[in-house]
Amino acid sequence: MDEIALKLLPLVVAMLLGSVLIALVETKLKSLFAYVVLVIIVIGSSVPAIRALAGHPLEVIIKNPQVFGDIPIRIDALSGWFILIINLTMLTGGFYGIGYLKAYRKENTNLSLHWILMVIFHLSMLSVCVIQNGLLFLIAWEIMSLSSMLLVIFEHYKPETLRAGLNYLVQMHLSVVLLTLGVAGLYLQTQSFDFSSAMQLDNAAILPLFILLFLGFAFKAGFMLGFIPLHTWLPHAHPAAPSHVSGIMSGVMIKIGIFGILRMILLFPLSKTGYLEIIGWIILGVSLASGLYGVMLAIIQHNLKKLLAYHSIENIGIIGMGIGLGCIGLGIDNPYLSAAGFASALLHTLNHSLFKSSLFYAAGNVYRAAHTLNLESLGGLFRKMPHTALLFLLSALAICGLPPFNGFISEFILYGGLYQGSLHARPVGALLLILTILGLALIGGLAMLCFTKAFGIVFLGKGRKPLPESDWQEGPGNLIPLYVNSGLILAIGLFPATFVKFLSAPLALFIPNFNLSFFNFELLDNLQQVSRATVGLLAVSLIMLGIRYIVTHRTVQEVAPTWGCGYNGGAERMQYTATSFVRMYRKLAAPVLLVHRKNVEFPEIFPHEKRTYETHPEDALEANLIDIPIDLMQRFLSFFRFIQNGKIQNYLLYGLVFLFLIGLLSWSKLI
Amino acid sequence: MHGLILILIVSLFFGGIVVKTKSICAGRKGPGIFQPLKDIWRLIRKGAVFSETATILTRIAPSIYFASVLLAVGCIPFGNVRGLLSFQGDFVFFAYALALGKFFMIIAALDTGSSFEGMGASREAHFSMLAEPAFFGVIGSLALYTGRTSFLDIFTYLHFGNYLSYALGSVMLIILVILTLIENSRMPVDDPNTHLELTMIHEVMVLDYSGFDLGLIQYTTNLKFAMYAALMANLFTGTLRALPDILIFLGTGFLLAVIVGGVESFTARLRMGRIPQFAFSLTSYALLLFLLVLFITGRFS
Repeated sequence: MDEIALKLLPLVVAMLLGSVLIALVETKLKSLFAYVVLVIIVIGSSVPAIRALAGHPLEVIIKNPQVFGDIPIRIDALSGWFILIINLTMLTGGFYGIGYLKAYRKENTNLSLHWILMVIFHLSMLSVCVIQNGLLFLIAWEIMSLSSMLLVIFEHYKPETLRAGLNYLVQMHLSVVLLTLGVAGLYLQTQSFDFSSAMQLDNAAILPLFILLFLGFAFKAGFMLGFIPLHTWLPHAHPAAPSHVSGIMSGVMIKIGIFGILRMILLFPLSKTGYLEIIGWIILGVSLASGLYGVMLAIIQHNLKKLLAYHSIENIGIIGMGIGLGCIGLGIDNPYLSAAGFASALLHTLNHSLFKSSLFYAAGNVYRAAHTLNLESLGGLFRKMPHTALLFLLSALAICGLPPFNGFISEFILYGGLYQGSLHARPVGALLLILTILGLALIGGLAMLCFTKAFGIVFLGKGRKPLPESDWQEGPGNLIPLYVNSGLILAIGLFPATFVKFLSAPLALFIPNFNLSFFNFELLDNLQQVSRATVGLLAVSLIMLGIRYIVTHRTVQEVAPTWGCGYNGGAERMQYTATSFVRMYRKLAAPVLLVHRKNVEFPEIFPHEKRTYETHPEDALEANLIDIPIDLMQRFLSFFRFIQNGKIQNYLLYGLVFLFLIGLLSWSKLI
Repeated sequence: MHGLILILIVSLFFGGIVVKTKSICAGRKGPGIFQPLKDIWRLIRKGAVFSETATILTRIAPSIYFASVLLAVGCIPFGNVRGLLSFQGDFVFFAYALALGKFFMIIAALDTGSSFEGMGASREAHFSMLAEPAFFGVIGSLALYTGRTSFLDIFTYLHFGNYLSYALGSVMLIILVILTLIENSRMPVDDPNTHLELTMIHEVMVLDYSGFDLGLIQYTTNLKFAMYAALMANLFTGTLRALPDILIFLGTGFLLAVIVGGVESFTARLRMGRIPQFAFSLTSYALLLFLLVLFITGRFS
């Protein structure tokens, strides 16, 4: 065992050193060199991950009794699955970054820092997945948070980027506080930092510790926990970061939170407490609320990346619904429910990392050429960048859960589990599950509204505002990552059983007496049938297009102006906009949303100035539960501002008073 | 396979019967039953005019719309004979395949850059979003009642119980009819005969279509009607012999067409602002139905 540890350590050290070397490479080759380092890490870490998925988990314990205690490094099937997802997204994201950062060649130091951080970020994410020593885990977690924060503020000279970075930093540390408390509690209870010691916890201690750690991980994942908004960092951080960084963050980093939650479910002997079913219900409810709230806010966003960020909250909700269903299944001892729940959660984690990173890369292509992500000023980009447009469309269809793409498969498994659950649950449970199903269907409908808007407004119609002269060329560097992701999206959608098969090892961890033939029979065989349906859908579509070509290629095909009801002037400004497309929705959902409208009208019949109309969507939960308390706190604290007045004499006096007080208190034996 | 063929047959005369019913209600003689079909045939052979703003999406959307409806049709069984596609949870595929077609029609409407068509696209996206949960609720009640989770099993086992299933079937029928009217953009949600773009929903989305594509869209609308009729027929067939089954199948299609024509003749279109309530109320009916099934199956005892 120790031999492997000896091999492992130098590798990590070498990688860290290699990352520093990035600074020395000349600007032109810097990105390429860094990418090579990333690829080496990917290869090195994928091998044990694949072995773990194939049923050969790895356990290395580094004996180091000085500070940390024994450091167990365990790569089981769950870690393996997440490591592979991380590696895949790092490969595409890193590649996309090479092309994306070409525009920033002048900022040499900035680039060096960026790529070094990228390597560290990758290593820290992998470490979080494998290290099972509480203290070291927290350190790796902190490195992950810090490096991602620094990656977000790549364009640190922009004040709003810096503000988003600070916001992110603060919120991530709330998560760290919760995790630290959890790990400390674990240590106090068991005298060991090893995660596996959680098995020996007292019944009374299990639940509070689980809740602490769950909250910490839910922060990272961006859950909206009922009235505790843990998601508010997402929509600020993602738009500010460079596109490949937002793709990686949204694609995999928030999944580390999901990984943490899954890991906790595995490690804590929750079944001993008897609350497993209730925990499942709570996770299910919270996830449904997250999903609905995320997509409801996504619809009204005008910034493409912000829209995508809110959509991550929705998808985290869908993943969470799978986890909740899995826990319910474990609680009521129904292997089908737990298999369907966890399988859909794990598969949707992969699926979301594919289509969400793709969407962010496509948004990056738009931003690189148009220099704006405001939906209201975009339009008609399909003609200028057809590849990006089609790949965006494909990912948009996948994220809406439409067949024959991968999002459909994970949602299909989830629906199957929910329906099965409603058949076997008690009446209240059945009612709750059918409400969840209706909620999931509503999420699907809302997502469709959101992405018809996003795709239709950005890529279709005519340009809404004049855009700057720019290079609209799409190079292979901007497209290859998108094509790779799209290929996988389609492959999972068409041949789901091939991919779901790999889930048997992670599922076996969750489900006691996991029965492989049952899994094959109930899930895989059915997915073979689904595969027939999705392949059929694609085939019939292609056949219809063929028939259409045969019938129409001889007939006259004319091109004429769009039907304008007799007047075609000002067609660009007459088009539907992002705001008008969702106006009806905004009015319907007004009680839940917070949208500021600015409507400037002029009373004359023929006004000289243009009439303007703007809407500014805001996050109601953030505004009411975070901004208002912070405002109140600031107002309260401002009464004490006289203390910090910049005079050194006063500060010395404070020190003196403090010492005097300490002396007084200890003299009177109070402390 | 039987189901597919029957649905295709119903789809051929569906539009004609709607028009005929409306004519008779209005005291006119009206065109023959196959007139709409002839119109579609003529359109399919015609040349086409495309908007100069339109991209390739406009051209491929109708074909994908048709394919998605055809695959959804393939999921529907005929009594206790399985459809082309039958698996656990096939109704999820059914609903999502239909949604795929809708997605393409919506973006195709936005593709022309017209203000009218954007209006239609926006409305279609909203109303289908609001009606979506109702279908899942209805199917959920059926699944709970029969304890099965695929179209074929549900419709087969629906009749092994008692005559209660016919009572349930009738309630579901009402919900399904309203759902059909919303999904196909007919009265009282949308008036396919209106000449004013501002009040249209479905028609305004296809303003810039002509020739083959328009013919395909019109035929797909009929096919969708026939598909919902088959779904309704399945609530009542199942354990019968083949001939009565076929008669019930065709009869349901005929009746649905008469109902659609009748509703169109005697009601006015709802105000646009009222439609969301109308669409969403359907979901609450579905939930009530689910509660009812919970009571019937004795879960509360």
